[in-house]
Amino acid sequence: MERYLLAGSTLFYLLGFAHSLVLLGAGKFRLGRFNFAAIAAGFVLQTAFLYHRGHDLGRCPITNSFEILVFLSWSLALAYLVVGTTYRISLLGTFTAPLVFGLQLFALLLPAAPSAARRGRPDGWLELHASTSLVAYGVLALACVAGVMFLVQERQLKMRVPNSIFHLLPPITTLAEAMRRLLWLGVGLLSVGILSGFFVGLPIAQFKSGVSFLVWLVYVGILFLWSRNTVHSHRVAQCCVGAFLFALLTLPAMYALGGHLSK
Amino acid sequence: MNIFCLGLSHHTASVSLRERFAVEDGKLGEMLAALRDEAALQEVVILSTCNRVEVYGLAPDPAAAARVCADFLQRVAGTEAEFYRREQAEGARHLFRVVCGLDSMVIGETEILGQVKDAYAAALATGATGATLNRLFQQAFRLAKHARSQTGITRGAVSVGSVAVELAEKIFGDLTACRVLLLGAGQAGAGVARSLQSRGVRGLIIANRTFDRAAELAAELGGMALHFDRWQSVLADVDIVISSTAARGRLLSPDELKPVLTLRGDRPLFLVDLAVPRDFDPSLNEMEGVFLHDLDSLQAMAQRGMDARGREAARCEEIIDEQVREFFEWACQRPSRSPVAAGS
Repeated sequence: MERYLLAGSTLFYLLGFAHSLVLLGAGKFRLGRFNFAAIAAGFVLQTAFLYHRGHDLGRCPITNSFEILVFLSWSLALAYLVVGTTYRISLLGTFTAPLVFGLQLFALLLPAAPSAARRGRPDGWLELHASTSLVAYGVLALACVAGVMFLVQERQLKMRVPNSIFHLLPPITTLAEAMRRLLWLGVGLLSVGILSGFFVGLPIAQFKSGVSFLVWLVYVGILFLWSRNTVHSHRVAQCCVGAFLFALLTLPAMYALGGHLSK
Repeated sequence: MNIFCLGLSHHTASVSLRERFAVEDGKLGEMLAALRDEAALQEVVILSTCNRVEVYGLAPDPAAAARVCADFLQRVAGTEAEFYRREQAEGARHLFRVVCGLDSMVIGETEILGQVKDAYAAALATGATGATLNRLFQQAFRLAKHARSQTGITRGAVSVGSVAVELAEKIFGDLTACRVLLLGAGQAGAGVARSLQSRGVRGLIIANRTFDRAAELAAELGGMALHFDRWQSVLADVDIVISSTAARGRLLSPDELKPVLTLRGDRPLFLVDLAVPRDFDPSLNEMEGVFLHDLDSLQAMAQRGMDARGREAARCEEIIDEQVREFFEWACQRPSRSPVAAGS
């Protein structure tokens, strides 16, 4: 049942992406509702999957790499549904859908994803720490997507004759503002995640706390330098992409080496 | 089908001739009544814009009625002209092409639809239209809306001014808070400044070597005049710079702009270089937060917009063919008391 929910959700994300691609190819892309609806449907099925999984586990379903990837893509979709529509950057969905789809497909392809098994009584601080951190990663993933869009649009504006995608992307100032707000939100959530980690009643692995703090520091540094006008939006966009890729690469290692959730 | 269209347009007549035939709004009712009596028209609509003067009529003998209309218009204008004449299906097709902007100077322009609506409303108000022209014009208005939504006939910028506006909107989003510096008081720069103002730009500073000319243009556009030797002092405060001076050398280099960018912080700067030879060093475009477009790139983008609209025009023509058929099917089903006969 769980597997079907997840497969259905992945299919919806693929549909949203494919629909946008077809429209883009035909030069007919509109700020329509299909993409939003596809992501929303994928999100609902994902939520149902996580609910079932969490119910069976008796805790937040982030106990292994498979669940972490699903939770991360769920966080990204959540951030899109909340922030993306607020800024009315529907094309953001065109970039978000493939990322969510890719994460989830990867999760589905993971060998023998363990089935849920109820474990001991969960630690509230641990649940808060892990879930907030992952939602923060989702928000920062969206900042990364906005960063990519910024760099693409900036490149178009620098070209003598821009390509047709130029007409479909939002203004760079709007994208810069989206990056700014997403970074603040992501850093805020990450701060809560890190702080709550100190209250977890389990020893914290040095590697994990070190990497978490490094990721947090990178993002705080970007925001600090940006607010001081020391760096330009172009560099911030590059940093959003680079920092998230770094964070994503360290995520499996953190849970493999220091994860208390599997205990 | 006893519909006909008689007229002259920018395709067939010079502006000096078109202005002689133009019908003033205040005289439209009188003209409609006179034309209807003299040419024995059952229904009539007169369309008069800066690019065309056309009569759409319904008469038992459209060829004869069109000749009388031509004589009438020439007598009123006090000069002779070559009119084009479209009868039956071609008359309906012509109106459909006009409302879709396919017959306009700039393909896909939308102003014509409002002008046709006004012309029709004036004829309707004086009782000059009946069932046939009412149906024809109302179908034309629906068609124009449909063509806009189903094809890209109105999309894309097709002039230097509109391209500059499009680029500015893709940089700044809302232009109402943008400040513009115009270097040179030539027509090209002023045209782009007007286009930006039409999209909400409020702050405009004009610097020209002849200060009086800058002051004159500033008064006309509602901006502020500035002595030319001081233009770099406001560079940190403006968002868009349009330059069209006759300077022989470069007005701005990367070394000169670098300290200004530090003062500007993270705000982008859009440079529009309309001058030949160019006023801005092309390498400015490589600086972070600076977007430079010259006349060549703006014209290339406008041409691409025109080409795209040209391609969409073919799709529009297909829709028009369907609509002409639909109109004739309706006309053929009407009772025999109608003056409409089977069309070609």
